[in-house]
Amino acid sequence: MAKVIVVTSGKGGVGKTTTTAALGAALAQAGQSVCVVDFDVGLRNLDLIMGAERRVVYDLINVVQGDAKLTQALIRDKRLDTLSLLPASQTRDKDALTDDGVARVIGELREKFDWVICDSPAGIERGATLAMRHADIAVVVTNPEVSSVRDSDRIIGLLDAKTERAEKGERLEKHLILTRYDPGRAERGEMLKIDDVLEILSIPLLAVVPESEEVLKASNLGSPVTLNAPQSAPARAYADAVRRLKGETVAMIVPSEKRSLLGKLFTRRAA
Amino acid sequence: MNLLSFLSRRGTAPVARERLQILLAHERTAFGRSDLVAVLREEILAVIAKHVAIDQEKVKVTMERGDAVSTLGVDIELPDNKVARLASA
Repeated sequence: MAKVIVVTSGKGGVGKTTTTAALGAALAQAGQSVCVVDFDVGLRNLDLIMGAERRVVYDLINVVQGDAKLTQALIRDKRLDTLSLLPASQTRDKDALTDDGVARVIGELREKFDWVICDSPAGIERGATLAMRHADIAVVVTNPEVSSVRDSDRIIGLLDAKTERAEKGERLEKHLILTRYDPGRAERGEMLKIDDVLEILSIPLLAVVPESEEVLKASNLGSPVTLNAPQSAPARAYADAVRRLKGETVAMIVPSEKRSLLGKLFTRRAA
Repeated sequence: MNLLSFLSRRGTAPVARERLQILLAHERTAFGRSDLVAVLREEILAVIAKHVAIDQEKVKVTMERGDAVSTLGVDIELPDNKVARLASA
């Protein structure tokens, strides 16, 4: 049975799309069949981050409205053959997404794949609530910064109220991915620490992705960071996150960019 | 050493943490996200209100999470005359 993940945050620009692409690719690299779905109608970007922007023919709205079949809209990744993308529409607006249509498409995706990862738009409006609606697992992406933490808190409230699982009284798994973390600045008291954010949001930690040049380099090239630079710190953080999602127990460390012995010795242990 | 460099020695992150804790405790009640502290506050209030008239504004429920022990603090200001009446009843 497929698992549906929503990658959400409330605030924009914290790394939802980067995280969706990286988790999707890392799961596919681990042999799983995965579909990443862009719910950001009107402002699609997952296609660009995945390097598939010139291959979009049909999109999520075409499928929701019955103008195209799901198989016509899915774009198979050229590097990983178990990874597919369902792009959002760039020209329509989110009102074209109907509740029933989205439910039907998610149902079809569940039958085809092991994992369905929905990239939520920013905000707390209809687009975001539709993206989280059918999720089994929520990944909340947060920066160690006050406005991001506040908005994540709002989104956690919505996950507990507006998802199908919450309404049925079932458990919705919620996990935190802390992105753009700088252990040095946190140590100097210039940035919220991992423990601070965990205590405030009280959801379990899935990964800490350190601030890294590799994320921008990967997006420049249209390649998920786990594919473009598998040994980089963010790629290792996402690869560990995927192992945890698959049920493995992996020690929580903040990967460091330094590969020297000295760097390894000082790899910081997280909570 | 000026005031700024003195302040920066402590770091700005603890200020961020404190501001968020206060703000979110308030917002969670406003948006109906029932966290443990909010639920406890309501239920404790209901029990005490059965016996004593209390002012909702004069109730403070705090939670301190520690590594080994977490403490729950409940601070309720009781009006003097009501307590006296209850004791004599």
